[in-house]
Amino acid sequence: MLRFILTRASLLIPTFLGVTLLTFLLIRLVPGDPIEVRVGERGISPERLAQFRHELGLDQPLWKQFLDYIGGVLSGDLGTSLVTHNPVLQEFLTLFPATIELAFMAMLFASVVGLPAGIVAAVKRGSWFDHGVMGLSLTGYSMPIFWWGLLLILLFSVNLGWTPVSGRLDLLYYVEPVTGFMLIDTLLVGEYGAFWSALEHLILPTVVLGTIPLAVVARMTRSAMLEVLGEDYIRTARAKGLNSRRVVGLHALRNALIPVVTVIGLQVGTLLGGAILTETIFSWPGVGKWLIESINRRDYPALQGGVLLIASTVMAVNLLVDLLYGVLNPRIRHAR
Amino acid sequence: MPLLDIQNLSVAFSTRAGTFRAVDGIDLQVDEGEVVGIVGESGSGKSVTSLAVMGLIPSAGTVIADRMSFAGTDLRTLSRSQRRRITGKDVAMVFQEPMTSLNPCFTVGFQIGESLKVHEGLSGRALRHRTIELLEQVGIPAPESRLSAFPHQLSGGMNQRVMIAIAIACNPRLLIADEPTTALDVTIQKQILDLLVGLQRDRGMALILITHDMGVVAETAHRVVVMYAGQVAETRSATELFERPRHPYTGALLDALPERALGRRRLPTIPGVVPGIADRPQGCLFNPRCPRAQDRCRAERPALLADDAGRARCFYPLNSQSEVTA
Repeated sequence: MLRFILTRASLLIPTFLGVTLLTFLLIRLVPGDPIEVRVGERGISPERLAQFRHELGLDQPLWKQFLDYIGGVLSGDLGTSLVTHNPVLQEFLTLFPATIELAFMAMLFASVVGLPAGIVAAVKRGSWFDHGVMGLSLTGYSMPIFWWGLLLILLFSVNLGWTPVSGRLDLLYYVEPVTGFMLIDTLLVGEYGAFWSALEHLILPTVVLGTIPLAVVARMTRSAMLEVLGEDYIRTARAKGLNSRRVVGLHALRNALIPVVTVIGLQVGTLLGGAILTETIFSWPGVGKWLIESINRRDYPALQGGVLLIASTVMAVNLLVDLLYGVLNPRIRHAR
Repeated sequence: MPLLDIQNLSVAFSTRAGTFRAVDGIDLQVDEGEVVGIVGESGSGKSVTSLAVMGLIPSAGTVIADRMSFAGTDLRTLSRSQRRRITGKDVAMVFQEPMTSLNPCFTVGFQIGESLKVHEGLSGRALRHRTIELLEQVGIPAPESRLSAFPHQLSGGMNQRVMIAIAIACNPRLLIADEPTTALDVTIQKQILDLLVGLQRDRGMALILITHDMGVVAETAHRVVVMYAGQVAETRSATELFERPRHPYTGALLDALPERALGRRRLPTIPGVVPGIADRPQGCLFNPRCPRAQDRCRAERPALLADDAGRARCFYPLNSQSEVTA
């Protein structure tokens, strides 16, 4: 077991290097460096520009800058933001709980709706329900997040006024962050009004971010269930005289979950990518919005650090899914 | 009154090419404690018949019968939940492929205990005790340590023993074994067959043994039903059938037994295959493959007619009285 984790962890090193290098190079391909962007149209004398660049080390050759950065990362220093002058790690950790809260709710939404929908669609294969679920999930999967979010805001927030337009919490409330998760923090201080407000604010972003994973989970569950329902051991289960609930919900689902859990795990990457767009649409104060702002400000250290940390999260979750896979699938557990 | 009494059972599947009768008007009676062998090639409707008895025909299929009763209960009128109380308890089944018929995600102990839990409400220590007892009865060594084994950790023969343990868990009155040894090594086949017959004798349960192996039938069955293309071709007691088969199909199956082909260089075979959905012939369904077919066989479909010792579906049967005297 330990060996398995260590092997997997050692594979992460080249991934980290690749991610860092890519981010490092790509952001530098964007025209305008941090100083030009900050100065804007006012203009600045070439001497001052060169001086600022020298102070930030931007006049060094690229390979030198990269090695310096990697050196910093290896000693645990992700640098400081060029804009706020706060340590990147600290900024990230302040904002990350908001993103996790949103991503978690989106995944919960996708699983709670997608699993039953996929199961029922498979059991009632060829029915109107099946066709409906598959049609909707194809639509959901192809829905551009940006457009979908705006549509929902227009309908539910602007026209119907059911949900807030943006943000995490109504301006009426202020809750001191303890865990950073608004739903938990509001309950910790016993502010139920604030809790409802936080929940209200979560609804639309959750739906928007959860739509694509929902579509994927529903389709995957359906196809996995269809395959499993045709297996001999399902016939055996029926031959025991078990009722459909037990045959489908226990014997079939247990086997179908193996690929579905893998897919859910892989969705975490998509989810954090989607969070960047969703947070921007809903002004959600998470790392996604922060990363977009960092790009606009050419805040190199913030962007590099943020991408690296998100990549680490995705890889950690994937590792976790691999371990969970062994728990779900006895054939793998015992192969070791 | 027979334990299982089926009259004029048909199972039809609607396909794109039209309705296909996998089972076409068969009668089947099984007495308490009797061993009935059902033989026939692949596609002759043996498995579909047994699935119909179990109530396991998928929803795409339609089951029609003039009579279908088990121990006096009319199976046709039962609700689904009433039917489930019989399936797996009074009527149980062992399938062909032990490696795929057990759920890979659950332990052997769980899968055996499940029937006991559902049908007899056992739990805890009593459940564990019964499960171990069952594993012992089907000849699995060190049963206590096997409880937590998963199917992939056991061999095919062991898994088939587990399947049998599941089937006999609730002391069924009728056990249906659908080609229980086909997927196993030859050396294991004999053991599994002996186990089944031993259990049948000890418990006095009825056994329907489905196989395409005439040799297996000869060793075990009291009575034999020969099926062809969804119909009963011939039925009589095992001794009668082996001594004096009437239907040419039965005769051909017996001729294909290695034991009966002594002195010949090649084993005789039956040319052609069982007719499927699109190529059902006029007249007798067996006529294109029958060496004795005549014009009448190609025009009319014979009925299942009674003779002195059983019934056969043939105009010109082998070994019949008239032929013997002629």
